Amino acid sequence: MANLKVQFGSITMKNPLVMASGTFGFGKEYGQLYDIERLGGIATKGLTLEKRSGNTGMRIWETPSGILNSVGLENPGVEAFIKEELPYLNNLNVVKLVNIGGKTLQDYVDAIAMVSKEKADMIELNISCPNVKEGGMAFGITADSTRRIVRAARNATQLPLVVKLSPNAEDIVKAAVVCQEEGADGITLINTVKAMAIDIDKRKSIFDNMYAGLSGPAIKPIALRMVHEVCKNVSIPVMGVGGITTWKDVVEFIMVGATCVQIGTANFIKSTIPLDILEGLEAYMVQEGINSLEEIRGII
Amino acid sequence: MAKIISNREIAPDTYLMAVQGKYSGKMGQFYMLRSWRFYPLLSRPISIHDINDDSISFLYRVAGEGTVLLSQLKTGDELHLEGPFGNGFPELKGKVAIVGGGIGAAPLYYAAKALGSSSEVENLDIYLGFREEPLRLEAFEALANKVRVQLGGNVTELVNPNSYDYIITCGPEAMMEALYKKSVGSSAKVYVSIERHMACGIGACLVCTCETKSGNKKVCKDGPVFLGEEVYHG
Repeated sequence: MANLKVQFGSITMKNPLVMASGTFGFGKEYGQLYDIERLGGIATKGLTLEKRSGNTGMRIWETPSGILNSVGLENPGVEAFIKEELPYLNNLNVVKLVNIGGKTLQDYVDAIAMVSKEKADMIELNISCPNVKEGGMAFGITADSTRRIVRAARNATQLPLVVKLSPNAEDIVKAAVVCQEEGADGITLINTVKAMAIDIDKRKSIFDNMYAGLSGPAIKPIALRMVHEVCKNVSIPVMGVGGITTWKDVVEFIMVGATCVQIGTANFIKSTIPLDILEGLEAYMVQEGINSLEEIRGII
Repeated sequence: MAKIISNREIAPDTYLMAVQGKYSGKMGQFYMLRSWRFYPLLSRPISIHDINDDSISFLYRVAGEGTVLLSQLKTGDELHLEGPFGNGFPELKGKVAIVGGGIGAAPLYYAAKALGSSSEVENLDIYLGFREEPLRLEAFEALANKVRVQLGGNVTELVNPNSYDYIITCGPEAMMEALYKKSVGSSAKVYVSIERHMACGIGACLVCTCETKSGNKKVCKDGPVFLGEEVYHG
Protein backbone atom coordinates (compact mmCIF):
# COMPACT_ATOMS: atom_id res chain seq x y z
CA MET A 1 0.00 0.00 0.00
CA ALA A 2 1.23 3.47 -0.90
CA ASN A 3 2.11 5.78 1.93
CA LEU A 4 0.46 9.15 1.50
CA LYS A 5 2.05 10.65 4.60
CA VAL A 6 3.83 13.97 4.17
CA GLN A 7 6.14 15.97 6.42
CA PHE A 8 5.53 19.71 6.28
CA GLY A 9 8.37 21.13 8.37
CA SER A 10 7.76 19.87 11.89
CA ILE A 11 4.18 18.83 11.11
CA THR A 12 3.28 15.35 9.94
CA MET A 13 0.12 14.96 7.85
CA LYS A 14 -1.51 11.64 7.04
CA ASN A 15 -1.90 12.76 3.46
CA PRO A 16 -1.16 15.89 1.42
CA LEU A 17 -4.74 17.20 1.18
CA VAL A 18 -5.50 20.35 3.16
CA MET A 19 -8.84 22.12 2.73
CA ALA A 20 -8.29 25.70 1.64
CA SER A 21 -9.36 28.65 3.75
CA GLY A 22 -12.77 30.08 2.94
CA THR A 23 -14.10 27.01 1.19
CA PHE A 24 -14.53 24.74 4.19
CA GLY A 25 -15.90 27.00 6.95
CA PHE A 26 -14.66 25.63 10.26
CA GLY A 27 -15.24 22.05 9.17
CA LYS A 28 -18.62 21.37 10.78
CA GLU A 29 -20.78 21.50 7.66
CA TYR A 30 -18.63 19.08 5.67
CA GLY A 31 -18.18 16.97 8.81
CA GLN A 32 -21.88 16.22 8.63
CA LEU A 33 -21.53 14.87 5.10
CA TYR A 34 -18.46 12.64 5.36
CA ASP A 35 -15.58 11.54 7.58
CA ILE A 36 -13.35 14.62 7.39
CA GLU A 37 -10.72 12.94 9.57
CA ARG A 38 -9.59 11.28 6.37
CA LEU A 39 -8.19 14.66 5.31
CA GLY A 40 -4.63 15.76 5.92
CA GLY A 41 -5.58 19.18 7.22
CA ILE A 42 -8.10 21.98 7.36
CA ALA A 43 -7.39 25.70 6.99
CA THR A 44 -10.09 27.71 8.74
CA LYS A 45 -12.14 30.45 7.21
CA GLY A 46 -10.00 33.63 7.35
CA LEU A 47 -10.26 35.24 10.78
CA THR A 48 -9.72 38.80 11.87
CA LEU A 49 -9.33 40.25 15.35
CA GLU A 50 -12.81 41.76 15.26
CA LYS A 51 -15.94 40.22 13.73
CA ARG A 52 -16.56 41.26 10.12
CA SER A 53 -19.84 41.14 8.24
CA GLY A 54 -18.14 40.98 4.84
CA ASN A 55 -19.02 42.61 1.55
CA THR A 56 -22.49 43.66 0.41
CA GLY A 57 -24.04 42.72 -2.93
CA MET A 58 -23.22 39.77 -5.13
CA ARG A 59 -20.54 37.53 -3.63
CA ILE A 60 -20.23 34.75 -6.20
CA TRP A 61 -20.00 34.71 -9.98
CA GLU A 62 -19.30 31.73 -12.16
CA THR A 63 -16.73 32.13 -14.94
CA PRO A 64 -15.38 29.68 -17.52
CA SER A 65 -13.68 27.02 -15.37
CA GLY A 66 -13.77 29.10 -12.25
CA ILE A 67 -15.58 31.35 -9.83
CA LEU A 68 -15.15 34.88 -8.62
CA ASN A 69 -15.83 35.47 -4.95
CA SER A 70 -16.33 38.66 -3.03
CA VAL A 71 -17.07 37.41 0.47
CA GLY A 72 -14.83 40.03 2.03
CA LEU A 73 -13.60 38.08 5.04
CA GLU A 74 -16.94 37.67 6.79
CA ASN A 75 -16.01 35.96 10.05
CA PRO A 76 -17.00 35.85 13.73
CA GLY A 77 -13.71 37.29 15.00
CA VAL A 78 -10.91 35.41 16.77
CA GLU A 79 -12.50 35.38 20.21
CA ALA A 80 -15.78 33.84 19.03
CA PHE A 81 -13.81 31.38 16.89
CA ILE A 82 -11.83 30.19 19.91
CA LYS A 83 -14.97 29.79 21.98
CA GLU A 84 -17.41 28.40 19.43
CA GLU A 85 -15.51 26.76 16.59
CA LEU A 86 -12.07 25.66 17.77
CA PRO A 87 -13.30 22.98 20.22
CA TYR A 88 -14.96 21.09 17.34
CA LEU A 89 -11.81 21.30 15.24
CA ASN A 90 -9.61 20.25 18.13
CA ASN A 91 -11.61 17.06 18.51
CA LEU A 92 -10.64 16.08 14.98
CA ASN A 93 -7.57 14.12 14.09
CA VAL A 94 -6.47 16.48 11.30
CA VAL A 95 -3.89 19.24 11.11
CA LYS A 96 -5.51 22.60 11.93
CA LEU A 97 -4.32 25.76 10.19
CA VAL A 98 -5.83 28.89 11.68
CA ASN A 99 -5.99 31.48 8.90
CA ILE A 100 -5.49 35.06 10.10
CA GLY A 101 -6.10 38.25 8.14
CA GLY A 102 -6.14 41.86 9.19
CA LYS A 103 -6.17 45.52 8.42
CA THR A 104 -3.23 46.75 10.48
CA LEU A 105 -0.02 45.14 11.64
CA GLN A 106 -1.26 45.36 15.23
CA ASP A 107 -4.53 43.59 14.32
CA TYR A 108 -2.53 40.67 12.94
CA VAL A 109 -0.22 40.52 15.94
CA ASP A 110 -3.06 40.62 18.46
CA ALA A 111 -5.09 37.98 16.62
CA ILE A 112 -2.09 35.68 16.25
CA ALA A 113 -1.18 36.07 19.92
CA MET A 114 -4.72 35.10 20.95
CA VAL A 115 -4.76 31.99 18.76
CA SER A 116 -1.27 31.01 19.90
CA LYS A 117 -2.49 30.54 23.46
CA GLU A 118 -4.85 27.85 22.18
CA LYS A 119 -4.36 24.39 20.78
CA ALA A 120 -3.82 24.86 17.05
CA ASP A 121 -1.25 23.29 14.76
CA MET A 122 -0.29 26.18 12.50
CA ILE A 123 -0.98 29.80 11.78
CA GLU A 124 -1.67 30.58 8.13
CA LEU A 125 -0.90 34.23 7.66
CA ASN A 126 -3.25 35.65 5.04
CA ILE A 127 -1.62 38.58 3.31
CA SER A 128 -3.32 37.90 0.05
CA CYS A 129 -7.10 38.38 0.26
CA PRO A 130 -8.04 40.64 -2.65
CA ASN A 131 -11.53 41.32 -1.33
CA VAL A 132 -10.92 43.75 1.48
CA LYS A 133 -10.13 47.28 0.52
CA GLU A 134 -7.66 48.40 3.14
CA GLY A 135 -6.12 45.21 4.30
CA GLY A 136 -4.87 41.76 3.63
CA MET A 137 -3.41 41.85 0.20
CA ALA A 138 -1.80 45.26 0.68
CA PHE A 139 0.80 43.48 2.83
CA GLY A 140 1.47 40.86 0.19
CA ILE A 141 2.24 43.11 -2.75
CA THR A 142 5.77 44.36 -2.07
CA ALA A 143 8.69 42.47 -0.58
CA ASP A 144 9.17 45.22 2.04
CA SER A 145 5.64 45.06 3.40
CA THR A 146 5.78 41.26 3.30
CA ARG A 147 8.93 41.40 5.41
CA ARG A 148 7.35 43.71 8.00
CA ILE A 149 4.25 41.60 8.48
CA VAL A 150 6.03 38.23 8.53
CA ARG A 151 8.57 39.55 11.05
CA ALA A 152 5.79 40.82 13.33
CA ALA A 153 3.85 37.56 13.00
CA ARG A 154 6.96 35.50 13.68
CA ASN A 155 7.58 37.41 16.90
CA ALA A 156 3.95 36.93 17.96
CA THR A 157 3.86 33.13 17.88
CA GLN A 158 5.76 29.95 18.63
CA LEU A 159 3.38 27.97 16.40
CA PRO A 160 4.53 26.93 12.95
CA LEU A 161 3.87 29.90 10.66
CA VAL A 162 2.80 29.48 7.04
CA VAL A 163 2.43 32.57 4.87
CA LYS A 164 -0.29 32.56 2.22
CA LEU A 165 1.05 34.62 -0.64
CA SER A 166 -0.78 36.49 -3.34
CA PRO A 167 -0.42 35.85 -7.07
CA ASN A 168 -0.83 39.61 -7.25
CA ALA A 169 2.56 40.16 -5.55
CA GLU A 170 5.06 42.27 -7.49
CA ASP A 171 7.65 39.51 -7.35
CA ILE A 172 6.44 36.18 -6.01
CA VAL A 173 9.91 34.65 -5.68
CA LYS A 174 11.22 37.65 -3.76
CA ALA A 175 8.17 37.55 -1.47
CA ALA A 176 8.77 33.87 -0.76
CA VAL A 177 12.46 34.38 -0.07
CA VAL A 178 11.56 37.17 2.37
CA CYS A 179 9.19 34.79 4.20
CA GLN A 180 12.00 32.28 4.55
CA GLU A 181 14.48 34.92 5.74
CA GLU A 182 12.03 36.09 8.38
CA GLY A 183 11.60 32.63 9.82
CA ALA A 184 8.35 31.42 8.27
CA ASP A 185 7.98 27.64 8.39
CA GLY A 186 6.26 27.36 5.05
CA ILE A 187 4.38 29.06 2.25
CA THR A 188 0.88 28.62 0.87
CA LEU A 189 0.68 29.55 -2.78
CA ILE A 190 -1.55 30.96 -4.39
CA ASN A 191 -4.55 32.88 -3.10
CA THR A 192 -7.19 34.02 -5.59
CA VAL A 193 -6.31 36.22 -8.54
CA LYS A 194 -7.73 39.74 -8.43
CA ALA A 195 -10.30 39.90 -11.21
CA MET A 196 -13.67 41.29 -12.20
CA ALA A 197 -16.95 40.72 -14.04
CA ILE A 198 -19.38 43.17 -15.62
CA ASP A 199 -23.16 43.41 -15.69
CA ILE A 200 -23.66 44.96 -19.12
CA ASP A 201 -27.34 45.74 -18.49
CA LYS A 202 -26.58 47.75 -15.36
CA ARG A 203 -23.32 48.96 -16.94
CA LYS A 204 -21.33 48.32 -13.80
CA SER A 205 -19.24 45.75 -11.98
CA ILE A 206 -21.06 42.66 -10.73
CA PHE A 207 -19.49 43.34 -7.34
CA ASP A 208 -20.14 46.19 -4.92
CA ASN A 209 -16.42 46.02 -4.13
CA MET A 210 -15.58 46.36 -7.87
CA TYR A 211 -13.01 43.54 -7.94
CA ALA A 212 -13.19 39.97 -6.70
CA GLY A 213 -10.97 36.89 -6.38
CA LEU A 214 -10.78 34.31 -9.16
CA SER A 215 -10.31 30.66 -8.19
CA GLY A 216 -10.83 27.22 -9.69
CA PRO A 217 -9.26 25.34 -12.61
CA ALA A 218 -8.96 28.61 -14.55
CA ILE A 219 -6.02 29.64 -12.33
CA LYS A 220 -4.30 26.26 -12.03
CA PRO A 221 -1.65 26.88 -14.69
CA ILE A 222 -0.70 30.16 -13.00
CA ALA A 223 -0.54 28.50 -9.60
CA LEU A 224 1.63 25.67 -10.95
CA ARG A 225 4.07 28.09 -12.50
CA MET A 226 4.34 30.13 -9.31
CA VAL A 227 4.78 27.05 -7.10
CA HIS A 228 7.49 25.84 -9.48
CA GLU A 229 9.35 29.18 -9.40
CA VAL A 230 9.10 29.49 -5.63
CA CYS A 231 10.12 25.89 -4.91
CA LYS A 232 13.29 26.42 -6.95
CA ASN A 233 14.23 29.35 -4.74
CA VAL A 234 13.32 28.48 -1.16
CA SER A 235 14.04 25.51 1.09
CA ILE A 236 10.97 25.84 3.33
CA PRO A 237 8.00 23.66 2.32
CA VAL A 238 5.21 24.92 0.05
CA MET A 239 1.50 24.12 0.02
CA GLY A 240 0.34 24.34 -3.57
CA VAL A 241 -3.17 25.65 -4.16
CA GLY A 242 -5.12 26.85 -7.16
CA GLY A 243 -7.73 24.93 -9.09
CA ILE A 244 -6.81 21.46 -7.88
CA THR A 245 -9.74 19.23 -8.81
CA THR A 246 -8.34 15.76 -9.59
CA TRP A 247 -5.58 13.46 -8.31
CA LYS A 248 -3.62 14.30 -11.45
CA ASP A 249 -3.61 17.95 -10.43
CA VAL A 250 -2.13 16.93 -7.07
CA VAL A 251 0.61 14.95 -8.78
CA GLU A 252 1.43 17.96 -10.97
CA PHE A 253 1.83 20.24 -7.93
CA ILE A 254 4.00 17.66 -6.13
CA MET A 255 6.15 17.28 -9.25
CA VAL A 256 6.83 21.03 -9.35
CA GLY A 257 7.89 20.90 -5.72
CA ALA A 258 4.87 21.31 -3.45
CA THR A 259 5.04 19.35 -0.19
CA CYS A 260 1.28 19.26 0.15
CA VAL A 261 -1.70 20.84 -1.59
CA GLN A 262 -4.89 22.65 -0.72
CA ILE A 263 -8.30 21.87 -2.18
CA GLY A 264 -10.60 24.87 -2.36
CA THR A 265 -13.11 25.60 -5.09
CA ALA A 266 -13.32 21.89 -6.00
CA ASN A 267 -15.20 21.32 -2.74
CA PHE A 268 -18.11 23.11 -4.42
CA ILE A 269 -18.13 20.69 -7.35
CA LYS A 270 -18.85 17.71 -5.11
CA SER A 271 -18.69 17.75 -1.33
CA THR A 272 -16.71 14.50 -1.13
CA ILE A 273 -14.25 15.33 -3.92
CA PRO A 274 -11.22 15.09 -1.57
CA LEU A 275 -12.03 11.40 -1.06
CA ASP A 276 -12.09 10.83 -4.83
CA ILE A 277 -8.74 12.59 -5.09
CA LEU A 278 -7.22 10.46 -2.29
CA GLU A 279 -8.43 7.27 -3.92
CA GLY A 280 -7.01 8.28 -7.30
CA LEU A 281 -3.71 9.36 -5.79
CA GLU A 282 -3.26 6.08 -3.98
CA ALA A 283 -4.10 4.05 -7.09
CA TYR A 284 -1.60 6.10 -9.10
CA MET A 285 1.16 5.50 -6.56
CA VAL A 286 0.48 1.77 -6.47
CA GLN A 287 0.44 1.57 -10.24
CA GLU A 288 3.66 3.55 -10.59
CA GLY A 289 5.36 1.73 -7.73
CA ILE A 290 5.79 4.95 -5.78
CA ASN A 291 6.14 4.34 -2.02
CA SER A 292 6.34 7.96 -0.94
CA LEU A 293 5.46 11.23 -2.65
CA GLU A 294 9.03 12.27 -1.81
CA GLU A 295 10.09 10.20 -4.84
CA ILE A 296 8.36 12.53 -7.29
CA ARG A 297 8.54 15.79 -5.38
CA GLY A 298 10.23 18.62 -7.27
CA ILE A 299 11.39 16.43 -10.15
CA ILE A 300 10.58 19.14 -12.69
CA MET B 1 -25.78 8.94 -9.76
CA ALA B 2 -29.52 8.94 -10.30
CA LYS B 3 -31.46 8.25 -13.49
CA ILE B 4 -33.85 10.65 -15.20
CA ILE B 5 -37.38 9.29 -15.57
CA SER B 6 -38.68 12.21 -17.60
CA ASN B 7 -37.80 15.82 -18.36
CA ARG B 8 -40.55 17.72 -20.17
CA GLU B 9 -40.91 21.34 -21.22
CA ILE B 10 -44.31 22.18 -19.69
CA ALA B 11 -44.23 25.88 -20.57
CA PRO B 12 -41.77 28.01 -22.55
CA ASP B 13 -38.31 27.51 -20.97
CA THR B 14 -39.82 25.71 -17.99
CA TYR B 15 -39.15 22.03 -17.36
CA LEU B 16 -40.55 19.39 -15.07
CA MET B 17 -37.95 16.71 -14.38
CA ALA B 18 -38.57 13.46 -12.51
CA VAL B 19 -35.64 11.50 -11.09
CA GLN B 20 -35.66 7.88 -10.01
CA GLY B 21 -34.91 6.89 -6.44
CA LYS B 22 -35.92 7.24 -2.81
CA TYR B 23 -35.37 10.78 -1.62
CA SER B 24 -36.14 12.64 1.56
CA GLY B 25 -36.82 16.32 2.09
CA LYS B 26 -39.11 18.79 3.79
CA MET B 27 -41.21 21.34 1.93
CA GLY B 28 -39.04 24.30 0.93
CA GLN B 29 -35.75 22.40 0.99
CA PHE B 30 -33.55 22.01 -2.08
CA TYR B 31 -31.02 19.75 -3.75
CA MET B 32 -27.79 20.68 -5.52
CA LEU B 33 -27.98 19.25 -9.05
CA ARG B 34 -25.43 18.65 -11.77
CA SER B 35 -25.46 16.47 -14.85
CA TRP B 36 -21.97 17.42 -15.96
CA ARG B 37 -18.49 16.69 -14.60
CA PHE B 38 -16.50 19.84 -13.83
CA TYR B 39 -17.83 22.60 -16.09
CA PRO B 40 -19.83 24.66 -15.30
CA LEU B 41 -18.12 24.59 -11.97
CA LEU B 42 -21.04 25.01 -9.60
CA SER B 43 -24.00 22.72 -9.03
CA ARG B 44 -27.44 24.28 -9.29
CA PRO B 45 -29.64 24.64 -6.22
CA ILE B 46 -33.16 23.56 -7.22
CA SER B 47 -36.07 23.31 -4.81
CA ILE B 48 -38.01 20.11 -4.27
CA HIS B 49 -41.14 20.23 -6.41
CA ASP B 50 -42.46 16.88 -5.31
CA ILE B 51 -41.36 13.61 -3.72
CA ASN B 52 -43.04 10.26 -4.19
CA ASP B 53 -42.12 6.77 -3.00
CA ASP B 54 -39.72 6.12 -5.84
CA SER B 55 -38.97 9.51 -7.35
CA ILE B 56 -38.24 13.17 -6.77
CA SER B 57 -39.15 15.96 -9.15
CA PHE B 58 -37.89 19.42 -9.90
CA LEU B 59 -39.65 22.26 -11.69
CA TYR B 60 -37.12 24.72 -13.09
CA ARG B 61 -36.80 27.59 -15.48
CA VAL B 62 -33.93 27.73 -17.96
CA ALA B 63 -31.98 30.75 -16.80
CA GLY B 64 -28.32 30.08 -17.62
CA GLU B 65 -25.68 27.60 -18.66
CA GLY B 66 -26.46 25.03 -15.95
CA THR B 67 -30.20 24.89 -16.46
CA VAL B 68 -29.69 24.69 -20.23
CA LEU B 69 -27.68 21.51 -19.62
CA LEU B 70 -30.33 20.16 -17.25
CA SER B 71 -33.02 20.86 -19.84
CA GLN B 72 -31.20 18.70 -22.38
CA LEU B 73 -31.33 15.57 -20.21
CA LYS B 74 -33.27 12.63 -21.62
CA THR B 75 -34.94 9.66 -19.99
CA GLY B 76 -32.23 7.34 -18.67
CA ASP B 77 -29.54 10.05 -18.46
CA GLU B 78 -27.65 10.44 -15.20
CA LEU B 79 -27.87 13.23 -12.64
CA HIS B 80 -25.79 13.87 -9.53
CA LEU B 81 -27.79 15.14 -6.53
CA GLU B 82 -26.72 16.28 -3.08
CA GLY B 83 -29.21 17.21 -0.42
CA PRO B 84 -31.72 17.87 0.94
CA PHE B 85 -30.31 21.18 2.13
CA GLY B 86 -31.81 24.28 3.75
CA ASN B 87 -34.31 24.76 6.55
CA GLY B 88 -37.57 24.45 4.60
CA PHE B 89 -40.95 25.83 5.59
CA PRO B 90 -42.01 25.22 9.20
CA GLU B 91 -44.96 23.05 10.18
CA LEU B 92 -48.01 25.33 10.23
CA LYS B 93 -51.51 25.22 11.69
CA GLY B 94 -54.77 27.12 11.32
CA LYS B 95 -55.62 29.05 8.19
CA VAL B 96 -52.82 29.05 5.65
CA ALA B 97 -52.32 30.79 2.31
CA ILE B 98 -49.71 29.87 -0.26
CA VAL B 99 -48.66 32.66 -2.63
CA GLY B 100 -46.43 31.94 -5.60
CA GLY B 101 -45.08 34.06 -8.41
CA GLY B 102 -43.71 32.58 -11.65
CA ILE B 103 -41.21 29.79 -11.14
CA GLY B 104 -41.54 30.52 -7.41
CA ALA B 105 -44.49 28.13 -7.62
CA ALA B 106 -41.97 25.27 -7.83
CA PRO B 107 -41.41 24.55 -4.10
CA LEU B 108 -44.99 25.50 -3.25
CA TYR B 109 -46.48 22.40 -4.83
CA TYR B 110 -44.68 20.13 -2.37
CA ALA B 111 -45.60 22.57 0.40
CA ALA B 112 -49.26 22.52 -0.62
CA LYS B 113 -49.20 18.75 -0.64
CA ALA B 114 -47.75 18.61 2.88
CA LEU B 115 -49.98 21.35 4.30
CA GLY B 116 -53.07 19.99 2.56
CA SER B 117 -52.64 16.64 4.26
CA SER B 118 -51.84 18.10 7.68
CA SER B 119 -54.57 17.70 10.31
CA GLU B 120 -53.35 20.94 11.92
CA VAL B 121 -54.23 23.01 8.87
CA GLU B 122 -57.88 24.10 8.93
CA ASN B 123 -57.95 25.80 5.59
CA LEU B 124 -55.51 26.08 2.69
CA ASP B 125 -55.85 28.63 -0.12
CA ILE B 126 -53.46 28.96 -3.02
CA TYR B 127 -52.72 32.13 -4.99
CA LEU B 128 -50.52 31.97 -8.06
CA GLY B 129 -49.33 34.77 -10.29
CA PHE B 130 -47.83 34.27 -13.74
CA ARG B 131 -46.81 36.64 -16.51
CA GLU B 132 -48.52 34.60 -19.22
CA GLU B 133 -49.03 30.92 -18.75
CA PRO B 134 -49.90 29.17 -15.46
CA LEU B 135 -47.61 26.38 -14.28
CA ARG B 136 -49.12 23.06 -13.16
CA LEU B 137 -52.49 24.60 -12.41
CA GLU B 138 -54.38 21.31 -12.45
CA ALA B 139 -51.94 19.77 -10.02
CA PHE B 140 -52.37 22.67 -7.61
CA GLU B 141 -56.15 22.54 -7.99
CA ALA B 142 -56.12 18.95 -6.81
CA LEU B 143 -54.60 20.08 -3.50
CA ALA B 144 -56.85 22.92 -2.35
CA ASN B 145 -60.47 24.04 -2.70
CA LYS B 146 -59.52 27.56 -3.54
CA VAL B 147 -56.83 28.21 -6.13
CA ARG B 148 -56.79 31.70 -7.61
CA VAL B 149 -54.60 32.66 -10.52
CA GLN B 150 -53.51 36.09 -11.65
CA LEU B 151 -52.09 36.43 -15.14
CA GLY B 152 -49.96 39.45 -15.92
CA GLY B 153 -50.94 41.46 -12.86
CA ASN B 154 -50.07 41.54 -9.22
CA VAL B 155 -51.11 38.39 -7.37
CA THR B 156 -50.69 40.00 -3.96
CA GLU B 157 -53.80 42.10 -4.66
CA LEU B 158 -55.91 38.95 -4.43
CA VAL B 159 -54.70 38.10 -0.93
CA ASN B 160 -56.32 39.40 2.23
CA PRO B 161 -53.77 38.72 4.99
CA ASN B 162 -56.42 39.07 7.71
CA SER B 163 -58.05 35.88 6.48
CA TYR B 164 -54.98 33.84 7.47
CA ASP B 165 -52.76 32.81 10.35
CA TYR B 166 -49.83 32.08 8.06
CA ILE B 167 -48.81 32.93 4.54
CA ILE B 168 -45.92 31.21 2.81
CA THR B 169 -44.57 32.68 -0.38
CA CYS B 170 -41.95 32.19 -3.06
CA GLY B 171 -41.44 34.34 -6.12
CA PRO B 172 -39.87 37.61 -7.23
CA GLU B 173 -38.45 39.63 -4.33
CA ALA B 174 -40.70 42.59 -5.16
CA MET B 175 -43.77 40.37 -4.89
CA MET B 176 -42.71 38.83 -1.60
CA GLU B 177 -41.81 42.19 -0.13
CA ALA B 178 -45.15 43.70 -1.21
CA LEU B 179 -46.97 40.77 0.34
CA TYR B 180 -45.06 41.08 3.59
CA LYS B 181 -45.71 44.85 3.76
CA LYS B 182 -49.39 44.24 3.13
CA SER B 183 -49.46 41.73 5.99
CA VAL B 184 -47.98 44.10 8.58
CA GLY B 185 -50.58 44.61 11.31
CA SER B 186 -52.71 41.71 10.06
CA SER B 187 -53.31 38.32 11.64
CA ALA B 188 -50.90 36.61 9.26
CA LYS B 189 -47.28 35.67 9.82
CA VAL B 190 -45.43 35.59 6.50
CA TYR B 191 -42.66 33.17 5.58
CA VAL B 192 -40.67 33.97 2.44
CA SER B 193 -38.36 31.69 0.45
CA ILE B 194 -35.29 33.58 -0.76
CA GLU B 195 -33.18 32.80 -3.81
CA ARG B 196 -29.44 33.46 -4.12
CA HIS B 197 -26.53 32.24 -6.20
CA MET B 198 -24.88 29.48 -4.15
CA ALA B 199 -21.60 27.58 -4.16
CA CYS B 200 -21.26 24.95 -1.38
CA GLY B 201 -24.98 24.71 -0.57
CA ILE B 202 -24.29 23.71 3.05
CA GLY B 203 -23.29 26.89 4.88
CA ALA B 204 -19.50 26.77 4.60
CA CYS B 205 -18.59 29.35 1.96
CA LEU B 206 -20.72 32.40 2.87
CA VAL B 207 -21.50 33.53 -0.68
CA CYS B 208 -25.32 33.35 -0.49
CA THR B 209 -25.70 35.85 2.32
CA CYS B 210 -28.97 37.59 3.09
CA GLU B 211 -28.96 40.60 5.37
CA THR B 212 -31.60 40.23 8.06
CA LYS B 213 -32.74 42.06 11.17
CA SER B 214 -30.48 39.75 13.17
CA GLY B 215 -27.41 40.06 10.95
CA ASN B 216 -26.10 38.11 7.96
CA LYS B 217 -27.77 34.78 7.34
CA LYS B 218 -26.78 31.98 4.99
CA VAL B 219 -29.63 31.41 2.55
CA CYS B 220 -28.49 27.83 1.91
CA LYS B 221 -28.41 26.78 5.56
CA ASP B 222 -30.27 29.29 7.76
CA GLY B 223 -32.76 29.68 4.90
CA PRO B 224 -33.97 29.65 2.22
CA VAL B 225 -37.08 30.26 4.33
CA PHE B 226 -37.15 33.31 6.58
CA LEU B 227 -39.81 35.28 8.40
CA GLY B 228 -40.80 38.26 6.24
CA GLU B 229 -40.09 40.63 9.14
CA GLU B 230 -36.50 39.34 9.33
CA VAL B 231 -35.74 40.06 5.68
CA TYR B 232 -37.88 43.09 4.85
CA HIS B 233 -37.22 45.11 7.97
CA GLY B 234 -35.86 48.23 6.26
